[in-house]
Amino acid sequence: MAIVKPFKLEDVREALLAAGVEGLTVTEVQGYGRQKGQTEIYRGAEYQVNFTPKVKVEAVVDDGQVESAVEAIRTAATTGRIGDGKIFVLDVESALRIRTGETGLAAL
Amino acid sequence: MVRFGGWRTAALALGAAAAPVAAAWGQSTAPAASTATAFVLNSGDTAWMLASTGLVLMMTIPGLALFYGGMVRKKNVIATVAQSFAMTCVVTLVWFVVSYSIAFGTNADPQQNKWWGGLSNLMLGHVGLDKPYTIAGTAYGVPEYVYMMFQMTFAIITPALICGAFAERFKFSALLLFTVLWSIFVYAPIAHWVWGGGFLGSAGVMDFAGGTVVHINAGVAGLVCALVLGPRKGLGSISMAPNNLVYTMIGASLLWVGWFGFNAGSAVAANSLAGIAMANTQIATAAAAIAWMVVEWVHRRKPTMLGLASGAVAGLVAVTPASGWVEPTGALWIGLAAGSICYCSAVFLKNALKYDDSLDAFGVHGVGGFVGAMLTGVFASAAVQKLPDGHGVLTQLFGCLGTIVWTAVVTFLILMVCKFTTGLRVSEDGEREGLDIVLHGETIHD
Repeated sequence: MAIVKPFKLEDVREALLAAGVEGLTVTEVQGYGRQKGQTEIYRGAEYQVNFTPKVKVEAVVDDGQVESAVEAIRTAATTGRIGDGKIFVLDVESALRIRTGETGLAAL
Repeated sequence: MVRFGGWRTAALALGAAAAPVAAAWGQSTAPAASTATAFVLNSGDTAWMLASTGLVLMMTIPGLALFYGGMVRKKNVIATVAQSFAMTCVVTLVWFVVSYSIAFGTNADPQQNKWWGGLSNLMLGHVGLDKPYTIAGTAYGVPEYVYMMFQMTFAIITPALICGAFAERFKFSALLLFTVLWSIFVYAPIAHWVWGGGFLGSAGVMDFAGGTVVHINAGVAGLVCALVLGPRKGLGSISMAPNNLVYTMIGASLLWVGWFGFNAGSAVAANSLAGIAMANTQIATAAAAIAWMVVEWVHRRKPTMLGLASGAVAGLVAVTPASGWVEPTGALWIGLAAGSICYCSAVFLKNALKYDDSLDAFGVHGVGGFVGAMLTGVFASAAVQKLPDGHGVLTQLFGCLGTIVWTAVVTFLILMVCKFTTGLRVSEDGEREGLDIVLHGETIHD
């Protein structure tokens, strides 16, 4: 699971495709880490917006693919400036393809 | 030659001269009978007034609806635009039934006519088809029906402006009751005083299109509402940022274009006075928008879209009383003053005095109207049209004060009536959930 800057989504998608990851789920999220939000001003009323828009990309891959997928995302999503995001690797217990009922690797 | 004081006396002299012809047309209390001398309609003037009526109606729906709608939080957008729409419907009927008569009727008793127009035009009675709009004995080439409709659109937008002060917390039932009472007891009398033959107009107050009647009136009423209702829950701690400033920009644009009907239409003729009113409107508005933008840019280091729109509206408001009385250079000064002064009143005043005039009904309309009304006294020019007897800065102040006192007191009383019948505010939970779902059972689905 990766949290990346929204404009980097296309780069990440292409990089993952090149690394052999063919399925993705993408969610628009808000968050903050060390990057703080923006200040908005409306007729003298100042609002400190604490959350910044990000995109969450989730992909389930075979154990052997994890390193190359993580590297692909990292290279594609980096700008070098604060707010680039994070990648988390999580264990998935099982997977199932709904249409055919296949499980395990065949479901990916 | 004997000199008479007072605008009304001069008009009476004019009326006396025109009396034989006027008698043939008939006054508001006489039945409209067919006569040998038919009403001579000026089709150019009438066509313009018909168009102006449409323009001014557009200012409320959807102009003001969107202007305010874009500034509230998403959970309150539907409720906010519904306010303007519903008030249009309510005021239309109230105007038809009684407030037109109060505002523009001619009271049979001249002493009473200083204060209100009486009930002779109840349900638009005695508004005959072949009658011109007549004021103080002077008949225009425009039928009374058309003038009645034109003025109806002013009566519609004035209470709708107040919504900016109590946005995001006012009950819909209270709004409907408030609108009925306010239209009858606040708007109609003040309109009569300034435009309908009442004591302010005859004292020489110059209010071409409604600086006092519309803007100071609505602005001060808004302040009273904001004070009585109290602030929105969470003000200062939670975000109340506008949900869509594009709506606000569209609304401001519709207001600007529609204002040509508001100001230039107040010439009640398709003539050069309408032309200069239109020019003054445009110049003052542009100047005010830029003035606001500059002040904001210096103060906040960024010029905002909301600032441009707000500055433009402040200019429109301030030039309203002046549009048919000043020359374009005067309009320029009025715009620059309004843009900068209203920035301060919208941004600093409510924070300093701790009242929640949510969308700056007082800050822009109240203050802008006052600035414009006073500067009308400064910049009024006989080169534009003959200035009324008794005109001057002090007379303008008299007009402003008369409006302010009446609207403040009666608006407060009306709020009390609503408080003890419909209730004023939604519950705290309701306010948190949002007026759209709580009052109307509707939501914006993205």
